[in-house]
Parts: sequence; C-alpha cells; structure tokens
Amino acid sequence: MKSKVLPAVPLLVAGTIATPATAATVSVTLPRIDVAEYHKPYVAGWLEPADGGPARTVFVWYDLKKTGREAGTKWLVDLRSWWRKGGRSMKLPADGVSGATRAPGTYQIPLPANLPAGQYVLKVEAARESGGRELVSVPITVPGKGGSASGKAELGAVTVR
Amino acid sequence: MRIITLFSAASALSVALSAAFASPALAHSQWLLPSTTVLAGTGNGVTVDAGTSTVPFYADHFPMGIDDIKVWAPDGSEGKIQNPATGRYRSTFDVMIDQPGTWKIGVEQASVFGSFVLDGEMWRVGAMRRPPAGAGMGPGGPGGPGGPGGPGGRAGPGGPGGPQGEGRPGGEGGRARFDPAHVVASPAEIPAGATDVKLSERISRNFIFVTADAPTQSVFKPAGKGLEMEPITHPDALASDEEGQFRFLVDGKPAAGVKVTVVPGGKRFREADDAQQLTTGPDGVLRVKWPVAGMYWLNAEMTDHRASDPRVTERRMSYTTTLEVVAP
Repeated sequence: MKSKVLPAVPLLVAGTIATPATAATVSVTLPRIDVAEYHKPYVAGWLEPADGGPARTVFVWYDLKKTGREAGTKWLVDLRSWWRKGGRSMKLPADGVSGATRAPGTYQIPLPANLPAGQYVLKVEAARESGGRELVSVPITVPGKGGSASGKAELGAVTVR
Repeated sequence: MRIITLFSAASALSVALSAAFASPALAHSQWLLPSTTVLAGTGNGVTVDAGTSTVPFYADHFPMGIDDIKVWAPDGSEGKIQNPATGRYRSTFDVMIDQPGTWKIGVEQASVFGSFVLDGEMWRVGAMRRPPAGAGMGPGGPGGPGGPGGPGGRAGPGGPGGPQGEGRPGGEGGRARFDPAHVVASPAEIPAGATDVKLSERISRNFIFVTADAPTQSVFKPAGKGLEMEPITHPDALASDEEGQFRFLVDGKPAAGVKVTVVPGGKRFREADDAQQLTTGPDGVLRVKWPVAGMYWLNAEMTDHRASDPRVTERRMSYTTTLEVVAP
C-alpha cells in the first residue's frame, strides 16, 4: 500500500521537500452502498503517533443537527475505535474538526499543519446505521511519506499525500 | 414398546443428569449484564439483566436478587436504579447515567454464618438464605406476583421458584431439620455455653462499570476490606487485541495467587466454552488475553483465615464483574 505513488505530488513521496509547513491532505472515499435503507455513515479520522502517545482527531462527521433526547452525538460510540482513542474526551462540536455526515463521494481533508515530524498511523473509521463498521489504517511519515489503503465495505480508498 | 423403553431410559438419564448438575449450588454463577458499558453524553442510560445460571448471561435458571443493588456515581454520590422487575428467569433494572465518568453498579455483601450446639440442639448463625425477590416471592414481600399457582399454573410445587420458595425450615433438603427459632443473627449473639461453634465469613462483590464520555477512576478506590479489583486497563476501554490487566487486592494489598475464571458470553455459538482459569501474579495483577470480542464474565475467588471474628475458621471472598471487550 505504500507503493502507490501519487503522481500529483511526487516530490512529497520522494521525501525531498524541506518545508514542513506543507500540510498533507487525506482523501477519503465513501462508497455508494446499494441497500434499501441507506443512512450516511458516521466517519472519524485521527492520527496515532507510531511510538504511542495521545491520538489527535482530524475530522469527525456525525449528525450535528439532531439534538434533544436522541441527539446525534449518542451514536458516536459506534465509532468504537475512535471513541477509545480520543473521541470520548472531546467536546463536540469542535471547530475545524466536526462536520455533518456526508453522502457517498471522495473528500479531501487537510492534516493539521502543525504536526510534529515523525511517524504516524492515520486511521479512518466509518459506522453506518443499519449497516457495518470498518477501520482503515494508513502508516505515514511527517513530513514526506504518504500512503494509501482501502476498505472493503464501508470505506473506499483512504490516501494521504 | 421399544421406543417407550428408550424414552424412559432417556428421561431417567436426564433426571440423573439434572440432579447431578443441580446439586452443587455454587456452580450457578450470578451475573449482571449491562446493555452497554460505553455511552456518549449524559442523556442516556443502561438497562441491566441480572441472573443466576450455570452459563453466564443465559437466563435459564433463576433471577438474581436485586434488592441490594447499589449505584455509585463518579462524584461519589449514590445513584439509583429504575424500573426494577424480577421475572421467572432474570431480574432487570435501568440506571440513568446522568454524570460523565465511570459509574459502578452492583452489590457487595459481607456476612458471617455457621452453626453451634446448645444443650444438644443445633443452632444456626446468620440470616436464613432467602430466595431472590420474585422467585416465589413478590418484590414487596410474600404473596406478590408469581406466588403459589402463579400465572400459567405450572404444576410444580409453589409455582415458579417453588423449590427455593419462602424460607422452608431445614433449607437444603436431606439435612436434619432444626427449629427455625434456633437462629441468631450474628456471632455476637452466640450464648456462652455454646459448643461446636463453626463459623465462616463471606465477602462477595459483583460490580459492573458504565462510562459516559471519558473514563474516570473514582469508583475503583479500594475499601480496604475483602477482595477488590483495581484496574490497570480500564474496564470500559478493553479491546480484543490488547491484554487486559487488573490488580486484585485483599484488604487493600496486592493479592497474589488469586484464582480467576474468565468466561466469554455466547457459549451456545461455539464449540468450546473458552473459559480461562487464570491466577494473579506476585503483584496481584491478572493478565487476560481475549480470544474473541464480546461480553465476559470474570470471577475471582480467594479463601483465607484473616476473619473479623477469632472464632471464624475461614473467610471466603469473591469478586465478580462483567467486561465488554470490543473488536479493534
């Protein structure tokens, strides 16, 4: 999965750029799923330092508008890995991090520009009402090396470049 | 004819088997099964099933008594259960989790029981063991729902829960009957002239943990008496690809060599029961690898002689919990 060279930014892949301020971007594809009852998935993406340490949430998409007794936040626990790795400690909505659920398609999300250099695993998790749940991991190095991996059901390609 | 013979042989066998399985009362484990252990926000609650059966989480024997269930909120205040009900096979109740952090729900009991002889007659120490509320007794006292000839009119004696019905003198059948008036509540009431004093102490705990938002540690503060558990890995943040670690304490100090049984739920859907018999290390730490994700029943048992009363010959302690282990 690391071998997928991304033609758009070959210099980044080669690791020759010396300007760490250049923020990387993750692209996430939500596949079209042909079911009678489709609900847009809850999706979260976060970075785990490879040598341990606290995870940093990059984005979380959930039902922001639903409030009251059965608020949209209730089902954030279904993103169970994200919940354990940091979601449970977050105050939502969070500026620049949380957003509404999204329809099938490919989305570009910038990674934080102030990430300390090092090795990370970018994780993206999706959970869908009346559907499945999937976790995709992409090891990356900041600055420089992106990567790509793909889910089988709930997530399409997840690519960092 | 032949079929009939086979049938009677089979039923005779099944009677023999059920008698064999039914005899050791301790083989039935008490379990609390929460609908979830992890919640987002403080607007939700959990519903808990409580049962007594051979295989954890299968409500096929008796309900667990819930009169003594308590709720400890993260800030140290006492919470409460709602909608308690006791059915034929399991009890149930709800707890609204209206404070962020980790809650403790369950029961802790300490008792001294035994017997002595006075003027040639047998006396008993400790309250009679009562059946769980609702198993032959209504939640509010005798004569409640499910009493004699309850709905459904089963032929069994005393309706649902009959055999363990309301305080039969003599308790476990077969033993010599004794006068039900010959009971004292505590060892302090044993008269001076008593002989053959046999006393045991039992301290048992059965707790589950539910967390809203980020987990906290306050409910794990040890009481310093009996067998307790202090988590290293938080009980509400367990994953099947990570080792679970829990320190067991006896009277507040690390308890080495404690025998612990860890059983995953869902036995009916596997070949083996996958139960693990584990032992705590010298530091009191139990290390558990999870064969599958799911709900686990964990039971630690320990016996020693450090009892509260010098006449007590042994102290039996147990600590039970239910753990939710998620797939990574």
